[in-house]
Amino acid sequence: MPTVTKKVALAFFLVLAALAPIASSIPFYPDFLGHNDWMKLLSHVSIFGIGALGINLLTGVAGQVSLGHAFFMGLGAYVAVVFGAPPGDLWGLGLPMWIWLPLAGIIPAIVGLLVGPAAVRVRGLYLAFATLGLVFIGEWAWRNLKFVTGGAFSGRKFPKFQWRVWKEEEPVVDFASDGEWLGFEITEEAKIYLLMLGFLVVATVVAKNLQRTRTGRAFQAIRDRDIAAEVMGVDEFRYKLTAFGISSAFAGVAGALFASFVGRQIPETWDLFLSVEFIAIILIGGAGTVSGALMGTAFVIILPRLVQDFTEWLSGVIESGEGTLATVADVVVAISADDGGLINTIPGVGPGLSVFQLNQVLFGLLIILFMIFEPLGLYGIWVRVRNYWKGWPFTY
Amino acid sequence: MALVSASNGSPLLEVRDVSLSFKGLVALEKVSFHVDEGELYSIIGPNGAGKTSIFNCINQVYKPQEGSILWKGESLLGLKPNQTAERGIARTFQNIELFAHMTVMENILSGRHVRMSHGWISGALWWGRASREELENRFKVEDIIDFLEIEQWRRYPVGLLPYGVQKRVELGRALAMEPELLLLDEPVAGMNLEETEDMARFILDIQDELGITMILVEHDMSLVMDIADRVMVLDFGRKIAEGPPQEVQTNVGVISAYLGTTGEAPIPELG
Ligand SMILES: Nc1ncnc2c1ncn2[C@@H]1O[C@H](COP(=O)(O)OP(=O)(O)OP(=O)(O)O)[C@@H](O)[C@H]1O
Ligand SMILES: [Mg+2]
Repeated sequence: MPTVTKKVALAFFLVLAALAPIASSIPFYPDFLGHNDWMKLLSHVSIFGIGALGINLLTGVAGQVSLGHAFFMGLGAYVAVVFGAPPGDLWGLGLPMWIWLPLAGIIPAIVGLLVGPAAVRVRGLYLAFATLGLVFIGEWAWRNLKFVTGGAFSGRKFPKFQWRVWKEEEPVVDFASDGEWLGFEITEEAKIYLLMLGFLVVATVVAKNLQRTRTGRAFQAIRDRDIAAEVMGVDEFRYKLTAFGISSAFAGVAGALFASFVGRQIPETWDLFLSVEFIAIILIGGAGTVSGALMGTAFVIILPRLVQDFTEWLSGVIESGEGTLATVADVVVAISADDGGLINTIPGVGPGLSVFQLNQVLFGLLIILFMIFEPLGLYGIWVRVRNYWKGWPFTY
Repeated sequence: MALVSASNGSPLLEVRDVSLSFKGLVALEKVSFHVDEGELYSIIGPNGAGKTSIFNCINQVYKPQEGSILWKGESLLGLKPNQTAERGIARTFQNIELFAHMTVMENILSGRHVRMSHGWISGALWWGRASREELENRFKVEDIIDFLEIEQWRRYPVGLLPYGVQKRVELGRALAMEPELLLLDEPVAGMNLEETEDMARFILDIQDELGITMILVEHDMSLVMDIADRVMVLDFGRKIAEGPPQEVQTNVGVISAYLGTTGEAPIPELG
């Protein structure tokens, strides 16, 4: 595609995304996107998108499979809380966001550079195992550092999204309450969404720039042919370490944003499953490309929501009465303990899968299907669709 | 640097009594040779003779157990492979080692790594040195693409290209480093006659127009005899002959190395 068309399309998409909070006042705009729960979902996508861009640089671009992402996300979150939360029973310095958010990237990057030399000396699966160790050490540390994390299963509150110059009472910009912006009534959820979208845009530009310049080429060279890369002048050790550090910074920022977005986090959040989720994101999205990482994130975060909506809709169909649809739905969904069905809407009751389990099964299946049929992931599908329509309505 | 080495009379590259073995298997045994500036030096020998191993020693991918390798009078031993690249040594590989997921353009740009200096911060912000260097170096890469006549493939991922084109791209990637010494490991292996002639033309142009010193490892004897200035023959890790092509060609030792001891097989390449 000509770069001008690309830029226009990208700008259009960005404007659309930025207008979502006032969806109901724009004709033809999908109204539901403006609802608070969709605003939350899209914030979640934006935050995880930042994390996915990080793991994509390390695993997708530089080819170093890491399971340590959850550790660095947790680290970032706790850096944020120590610097940003108000002083109290637990550690907190009450410093403004412009301090705690950058530090949530910088400190994990430094820790990444400290543990990196040990990790990047090993290759392939061994690196995955070494970084897996980090997650376990992290989980143990988070449970025991009660004065920072609040301890197992209780956790603590994280700083709100409020912009302050220093420690003044009234924030300059308050993202954490409903209010009026430019004449529009904007909910808290929508404000936070706009902020997260802004961070995601910055992270995307940084990731894209890295990938297309000297550093990114060195990463890819190491991934594709490590010995040739060295013979061409790439210092393998140094660049692997750089990839590790940058990826940790992205993870730390994503972790801090996620914790603040949810409001309260327990140490168990930063577990192996979270790391695996990010590997799933880039596998499904298409490892090694920025747009793949973002598409994968949207898919992995939004799919469970769609599954849930769908099962709820089916339950509604059963309850509303008769007809073939209700009979079919009754087979699929169990709505009470003695009702048989594949999907169980009441957790822990009956033989069926819970919605959560169903999602896990779906992700497992999807990863396997993508690895077999479309190793380039959603990005690969997108490229094919794009090429198909490229010449439309003219071929050139 | 070039002036200094010319004045003190030491050759560009000097390999002295280099021995290399792998767990008892001897790959190189006291091999010595030197390459002068501007020379097209060729190394020939049967399979497993140790030709590629010499390149790997020069690049410090392999660490020879004995001997020394001097670059403009200074030892290369103990450097990391990327430091030999920084010194000005470039290389193509016997089995193509391109970066498969990059385009032709990006592969050749990656050869400019040593000629650029911007770090990741400048790159991430597309600011200052990064944007300037990236744009300037794209022009350099375009020159190389013109030189090797691969314009039509510029935007293709290299994995999709025909073998002969990939070999050219790999040469382009090495040239992009603006090296002082270029190591070519079987650049025409597996090529048809036309591709071989094109490649021979490029090699001669590199010597004449760009003035780059080269070491050529090749099985294609007619090519070596046509274009090399001096030839070294290796057999079982030992140097068995060295000199101008015509002289080496008639050397009995070479013929027996290629024939084996029975002396029955015809050797058309030598003609
Ligand atoms: N990494 C290695 N580990 C073990 N043995 C090796 C290694 N590299 C090379 N060798 C051995 O060293 C000897 C020389 O190999 P080398 O690749 O240098 O030969 P060559 O002259 O390039 O042969 P060819 O014409 O087949 O490319 C061979 O016996 C080979 O098996
Ligand atoms: Mg060889």
